[in-house]
Amino acid sequence: MTRARHALAALLSHWRRKPLQLVALLGGLMIATALWSGVQALNAQARDAYDRAARTLGGDAVPSYALPGGERFGQDAFVALRRAGWAVSPVLEGSIRVGERRVRVIGIEPLTVPAQARMTGAASGPVDGTLFEGFMAPPWRAFAHPETVAALAGEADLPPLTAQGDLTPDTLLVDIGAAQALLGAPGQVSRLLLDPDAPAPTVALEVATDVPLARAETEAQGDLDRLTRSFHLNLTAFGLLAFLVGLFIVYSAIALAFEQRLPVMRTLRALGISARMLTGVLLAELLTLSLLAGIAGVAGGYLIASALMPDVAASLGGLYGAEVPGTLSLRPAWWASGVAISVGGALAAAAYSLAKTYRMPPLASARRHAWRAAQGTWLRAQGALAVALLLAAAIFMNCTTGLVAGFAGLAALLLGAALALPPALALILRAGQALARRPLAQWFWADAQQQLSGLSLALMALLLALGANIGVGTMVNGFRDTFTNWLDQRLVAEVYYNARSDAQDAEIAAWLGTRDDVTALLPTLTAEERMDGLPVGIVGFRDHPTYRGSWPMIDIAPNAFDRVAAGTAAFASEQLANRFGLSVGQEMTVGGWRGTVAGIYPDYGNPKGQVSLAYDTVADAFPDARRGGTGLRVVPGATAAVVAALGARFDLGDNLIDQKSLKAYSTEVFEDTFAVTAALNVLTMGVAGFALFMSLLTLSEMRLPQLAPLWAAGITRRGLAGLEMAKTLAMALFTALLAIPLGLAVAWCLVAVVNVQAFGWRLPFHLFPMQWAALVLLAVATAGLAALWPIDSLRRMPPVRLVRVFTDER
Amino acid sequence: MNASAILFAVLALLPLPALAQGFAGLGTESEAYAPVRPGTPITFPDDHGPHPGHRIEWWYITANLTDADGAPLGVQWTLFRQANAPDDAGEGWESQQYWMGHAAVTTADAHHHAERLGRGGVGQAGARAAPFEAWIDDWSFESAGEGWSPLRLRAKGADFAYDLTLSTDAPMVLQGDGGYSRKSDRGQASYYVSQPFFTVSGTVTLDGAAREVRGRGWMDREWSSQPLAPDQTGWDWFSLHLESGAKVMLFRLRSDDRPPYVAGNWIDPDGTSTPLRPDEIGMEPLATAEVHGRTVPVDWRLRIRDLDLTARALNRQSWNGTSFPYWEGPIEIDGTEGGIGYLEMTGYAPGE
Repeated sequence: MTRARHALAALLSHWRRKPLQLVALLGGLMIATALWSGVQALNAQARDAYDRAARTLGGDAVPSYALPGGERFGQDAFVALRRAGWAVSPVLEGSIRVGERRVRVIGIEPLTVPAQARMTGAASGPVDGTLFEGFMAPPWRAFAHPETVAALAGEADLPPLTAQGDLTPDTLLVDIGAAQALLGAPGQVSRLLLDPDAPAPTVALEVATDVPLARAETEAQGDLDRLTRSFHLNLTAFGLLAFLVGLFIVYSAIALAFEQRLPVMRTLRALGISARMLTGVLLAELLTLSLLAGIAGVAGGYLIASALMPDVAASLGGLYGAEVPGTLSLRPAWWASGVAISVGGALAAAAYSLAKTYRMPPLASARRHAWRAAQGTWLRAQGALAVALLLAAAIFMNCTTGLVAGFAGLAALLLGAALALPPALALILRAGQALARRPLAQWFWADAQQQLSGLSLALMALLLALGANIGVGTMVNGFRDTFTNWLDQRLVAEVYYNARSDAQDAEIAAWLGTRDDVTALLPTLTAEERMDGLPVGIVGFRDHPTYRGSWPMIDIAPNAFDRVAAGTAAFASEQLANRFGLSVGQEMTVGGWRGTVAGIYPDYGNPKGQVSLAYDTVADAFPDARRGGTGLRVVPGATAAVVAALGARFDLGDNLIDQKSLKAYSTEVFEDTFAVTAALNVLTMGVAGFALFMSLLTLSEMRLPQLAPLWAAGITRRGLAGLEMAKTLAMALFTALLAIPLGLAVAWCLVAVVNVQAFGWRLPFHLFPMQWAALVLLAVATAGLAALWPIDSLRRMPPVRLVRVFTDER
Repeated sequence: MNASAILFAVLALLPLPALAQGFAGLGTESEAYAPVRPGTPITFPDDHGPHPGHRIEWWYITANLTDADGAPLGVQWTLFRQANAPDDAGEGWESQQYWMGHAAVTTADAHHHAERLGRGGVGQAGARAAPFEAWIDDWSFESAGEGWSPLRLRAKGADFAYDLTLSTDAPMVLQGDGGYSRKSDRGQASYYVSQPFFTVSGTVTLDGAAREVRGRGWMDREWSSQPLAPDQTGWDWFSLHLESGAKVMLFRLRSDDRPPYVAGNWIDPDGTSTPLRPDEIGMEPLATAEVHGRTVPVDWRLRIRDLDLTARALNRQSWNGTSFPYWEGPIEIDGTEGGIGYLEMTGYAPGE
């Protein structure tokens, strides 16, 4: 043991002399762990929110009775059913606008609500005796998520708010009486929950009440989970990418340390320390360091996740309507998994060095840079591996389907490209050297090649970050263009409204009929169906030139609109067509309707598939169909007047919106959707910058032997620094230029493979050269910044250190 | 009877703290509720209906029955009302009248019970004087004909149900002093009237099997605004149908630091009600049983004037595990005179 301790002390002394390497090792591990565990935290938090949403009012476990159309009904039905022995409890749901926020209001009746449907406190733990204080009496009391409480603080016209962390954000849980007041629905309820534990009622529902209630089909709760899976896979992939970039740093730090500690290790072996003990000591050192870095990394991951959570919440809300709190709660499981991945990652990064230590003969040469001598061989091997990976990527993307295969292809592409970078750069540099005439220029290129192996890992990280950036940027920008364009074509009616009841709808229609600034009413019907267990939205629309003229279609049959109007054909959304392999002319069945597919249209942003049919077809074939929104065509310039008049005449609230606001809202949702992607992109770039900085820093010391002769030959320190800077910038520039084709390949993979799998839509492929230019500049600037300090210290280096290079034994 | 205390305790300990909350300020606010004063006339049918100005009120029915095979069983039906605010003028869900129903069926070897909660103001639960009805959900106690009696009594739980007819020609009996029933020496009191002369017939369904039953029933009506004295921890209450046709109501309010407060009324077969003096009442536990972790006196020696009686529980485990749990079940009387009756015991804490 004493021996082992002495060996450890000898080896540890290295870090004292090279604190920067220690920083790189710990920092790399920390960053890798932080990004990975941060992403995991985000995923876990979101999933937790889905679970909670699924449990809202008991979810599937509590049967619910409502009107088929979802309209509200009088609470007398509740009383009548209770008096007939039905253990029902009333619920009134709706939303109100408070300032800029739309808040969901859930009104419950605490005395009768089934235990499974309790949403807070009482559901999960011992009841605090004052929890429901004032809940059932004016001025009432509302429970809300702490964030929502903070956001709504000071709003008038709301009951006093009490924070309850177990509620979904932007939701107010109130007494049914308070809900009726807030929603302006006195005596009204949305649905009745039936206590699943109560004895089965003996009186039939129709006998107990003449309100035609029916058992409501709750949205299958797996849906949200499934719909968001691709989003989370996306996040996980980003986390993995960041982790890999971090491991590059770790690998290079460990490899460098190994090489620099060779003399010490040789001496230790000569002193009788066995290879096994030496490896064991190194392993112990590594475990300790990675454990420390892991703990720090998880803490960092928590910070990252906390910072990103609002973006993730916005993305999920925008994409799937999933309500996820924007703040993070801490779980012990992350700590364990985060530390484990840090240790595992460190071991993986160190495996090569450890194996070499174990197999090292006792009298191995202590020659420095021994492992670099093999650079040529190494580059060739790396090149071969890169080619293999790129081939695998091509196969994955072209010959397999599925989201996981798509991501695997993406991973192979990125990794292959990264591995291909050093050989590619070597080629470029060799070409540069061949072209160079002046000695200094020749030295410049030759030295750059020499430097390549030390920098290659950092450059690979930079390439990955840039490639991912260009790829994701191309996809997002392309999507934005397509989406905006599509919105313009799709939202053609000037005004949209959705009446609160059939009676109001008829009233509005009659009233609009008298106005001569309204040219057309385009009502819709909607229904929910399932195809193969997947939720599919059914939309019924009235045949009108508005649709014929502007509806963007990916593919359409001749006379398609006539055939749809006749009820024999349907339009299918791209997501649906992709999911079920539908194409124009094919037969399809949905619910009770059967016919041909006459067209396929993009339906960006909709997580569910959609089928569009003629209004009357939906009315006939889908008995559960209910009134959807109505579009209004108005004469030019009359929009504001119509909206104002409609709003003044009818109580429509948020159910009335003009085209411009709707577009603005949709675009806002879109931007939110990619908020987290953008944030992770920036982080990955940051990691790459750090990798570059660490590599340059460690290299700068080792490179004195190369620079000293030049100095001796008369090149000033300032000149040397300039050369070094030029070299770094050139390498970064080459890397950035190589990143462009990689980024385009990534973008293609995202657009044509991953997006289709994840969201069901394929986007047109747009190129954005300005974005590339910006990124190339950013890369060069990052490299310049990273090189600034090492090169500055070279510029100001005392000449004595340069002289000492010649006197010291090399 | 002393359901005033029941309700107080029940609501104070209810796991639905909204109800409890109404009672948090009980002591200070009780002056705002309608007072209970001696000499206040009690009139029917008005007083069959609710008294929303008083804080607490109940309709309490117990029945000693036998089935066709002669097997004894007991039935309990109770509707509690509580006002959570004085001068409650709220309508609909804003009403601060809260209702709670308890129902139970006890046989020699089983005790079934159920509980219902509801809010006044929307019709889920309530009471009215004429035509008389007191109800919560599908449980009800209501006049079945032109007059107040006969009445129909219904309740249902997960594993039991009953549908009974109660009839009597006897007038209501005023407990205490003309309906003014003292609960302590310090002013706590309630209005208390009874109808102990019901004959009962109908159907009790246990575990899906219906059986025809008949027997005697006893109704208590009580309303008050004043809680028990703070030191009173629980009570033992008896209603007795003696073989002579006389009825007896007895209670003993236990206190931590004082001797129990004992009171009762002797009701002649013709309905004449006479308060019993404390020295005419003896109540002494003879045997206890372990019931849901509590030690509860299930056999008693009762001395009433010159009667020396033994009261034994039909089922020692007559435990109502409701929001506020208590013991309530039929008893059999032996001694100088035979009889049947009901016993209610509250405030026996676990481990005592």
